[in-house]
Amino acid sequence: MQDVTIRLGVQELIGHYADCIDDDRLEDWPGMFTDQCRYLITSRLNHEAGLRQGIIYAASKGMLQDRVMAARRANLFEPHRYRHIIGPIRIDQIDDGVAVVRSNFIAVRIMHDGASTLFATGRYLDKIDIAGTPYRFIERLVVLDSDKIDTLLVIPL
Amino acid sequence: MSDAESSVAWPSNALSEVPFRVYTDQAQYELEQERLFKGETWNYLCLTVEIPKAGDYVSTTVGETAVIVVRGEDGAINAFVNRCAHRGNLLCLKRNGNVKEFSCIYHGWIYNLTGQLTGVAFEHGVKRQGGMPSDFHKEDHTLRRLRVAELNGLVFGTFSSRTPDLETWLGPDVVRGAKRVLNRPLHLLGRGTQVLPNNWKLYFENVKDTYHASILHLFLTTFKINRLSQPGGIFIDANGGNHFSYAKMDYSEDASYKDEGLRSDSDLRLADTSVIDQVDEYGDSISVQILTIFPGMVLQQVRNTIAVRVIRPRGVDKTELEWIHLGFDTDDEAMTERRLRQGNLIGSAGYIALEDGCIGGFVQRALKYNDEGNGIVMMGGHEAESQTFRASEAAIRGFWKHYRALMDA
Repeated sequence: MQDVTIRLGVQELIGHYADCIDDDRLEDWPGMFTDQCRYLITSRLNHEAGLRQGIIYAASKGMLQDRVMAARRANLFEPHRYRHIIGPIRIDQIDDGVAVVRSNFIAVRIMHDGASTLFATGRYLDKIDIAGTPYRFIERLVVLDSDKIDTLLVIPL
Repeated sequence: MSDAESSVAWPSNALSEVPFRVYTDQAQYELEQERLFKGETWNYLCLTVEIPKAGDYVSTTVGETAVIVVRGEDGAINAFVNRCAHRGNLLCLKRNGNVKEFSCIYHGWIYNLTGQLTGVAFEHGVKRQGGMPSDFHKEDHTLRRLRVAELNGLVFGTFSSRTPDLETWLGPDVVRGAKRVLNRPLHLLGRGTQVLPNNWKLYFENVKDTYHASILHLFLTTFKINRLSQPGGIFIDANGGNHFSYAKMDYSEDASYKDEGLRSDSDLRLADTSVIDQVDEYGDSISVQILTIFPGMVLQQVRNTIAVRVIRPRGVDKTELEWIHLGFDTDDEAMTERRLRQGNLIGSAGYIALEDGCIGGFVQRALKYNDEGNGIVMMGGHEAESQTFRASEAAIRGFWKHYRALMDA
C-alpha cells in the first residue's frame, strides 16, 4: 500500500501541470521540472520502435524556458488553448525518492474563434522527484497515440 | 480522371503570375494526380534501410495512389500498386512488415514479390464445378508496376515509362546537392506527420521560397540560422521543378535587416543554446541546404538536422506532410544528442518550421470564394534560373515551369 501522502502529492503535481498549460500560465511550466530534466513529446510508433526523435525535446529547464519564450515572442500562430482531461493516475513504482507514474490524457484544442477539436490523446510516462516539496518532474514522456498533428504544435502537452 | 473541366486560366506564358484558382479547383487537383504524380516524375517511396531483407515491405502512396514497395528474393526493390487485380481491394493493409507473398484477404488471390499473380483461390472450381474459364491467364493480371531507382539511401518510383533515369531527370546540380547531404549510410531517428489545412502546392512553393524564410520565421533570423545576407545561392534544374538553395554560416552584422526593421530581427536570447549549436559536419560551412524533388519531396540540412519531408496531397485543401528525421550510422552518442536537440527547430513543433504549418492554411482560407485573379512571384526577375543570391522567388517560378509543362497548361 503506497503512502497516501505520496499519491496525493503526485496527483497534485499532475493536476497542477494541466491547469498551468490550460490556463495559459506557461511561465510556471518549466518550474515544475527539476533543473536536470527530460521532456519529450513523441508518438507511440516512434516510442515502441525505439526511435528517439519526437516532436518536442527538452533536456534542461533552460530548453523548457526557451519553448515558452518562443511561444510567447518568436513563433507566429493563431491563438488557441487546450483543455486536458487526465485519467486515473497509477504509480508503478516508488524507489529512492523517485515515483514512476503513468496516466492517460485527452487534450481538446479550442481555437480563438471557438472551434473545438480533439487535438491529442496519449499517455504520460513520468519519473517524479518526491524527495523534496513540491514534487517535480525528472522526466515526462508524452507518448501520443497518433503520429499525426493537425497544423502545428506550439503549446506543450 | 475527372470529366470536369478545370477552371484554371493562366493569364500569360509568364512564370511570374499564378492564378489563385490553381489552389482551389477540384478538376485541376484530379488532373495533377494523373499528370504529375502518375506522370513523368520521380516520387519518393521509402528509405533503403526500411527494407533491408527480402520480403520487407512498406505501403505508401504516390500522390493519393496506394503503392507497395518491397524487396524481392533477388535483392532488387519492386514497387507496384496496392490494388488486387481481381476486385480492386487493398492488398496490403499494414504500414510495413515482412512477407513471403501478398495475399488478398477478399478472395485469396496471391502475388509474388514482383507483383505477378501466382495463385487464385478455387481457380479450378470446387468439386469440378465453377472455377475460372480457360481464357483466364494469371500472367495477364500482373499488378501495375512502377520503375524504381535509388539515390544514396532514398528509393524513388515513377509510373511513367517515359521519365528519364533518376539522375538525368534531377540534373547534375540537384544530384550533387543530394549526395552532399546523404554522404553516409542513413540511420532513422524518428518520423511524424503534420496535417496541413491547405493545397499541397502551397507547401511545396513555401519550401522553394527563399524570400519568406527569414521574414516569417523570427527564429531563423534572430539566431542567424538563415539570413538572406549570408553567402549562398539557388540551383534550379533545366525542367525547373528540382532545386536546392543553400546558405553558409556567417555571423557578421548586416545592415540590411536593421534597415528593414523586421520583427524577425529581434533581441531574443536562448537560455540553452544547444538547440542551435552546430558542428560543421560536411566541412564546407554550409549551415542550411534545402533541396526539393518535384512534385513532392524535400531533403533538408538545417545545421545538423537532416530530414526528408514528403508532401502527400489529400484533397484540394488538405495535405499530409511526413517528416522523416535522419542521422548516420557513423554518429556517436554526442552527435545523436546534438541532432535530437536541434530537432526542436523542425517538424510540426519546429521553431523555424511551425509557421509553415499554418501559413498555407491562411492562404487557403483567404482564397475561399475569392480565388479570381493571380498571385505574383517576381522577386529576382521573371525567369527560373540558378542565382547566386536568395532574395528571390526563382525556385517558385521553376516549380511553375515544370508544372505547366507536365500539365500542358
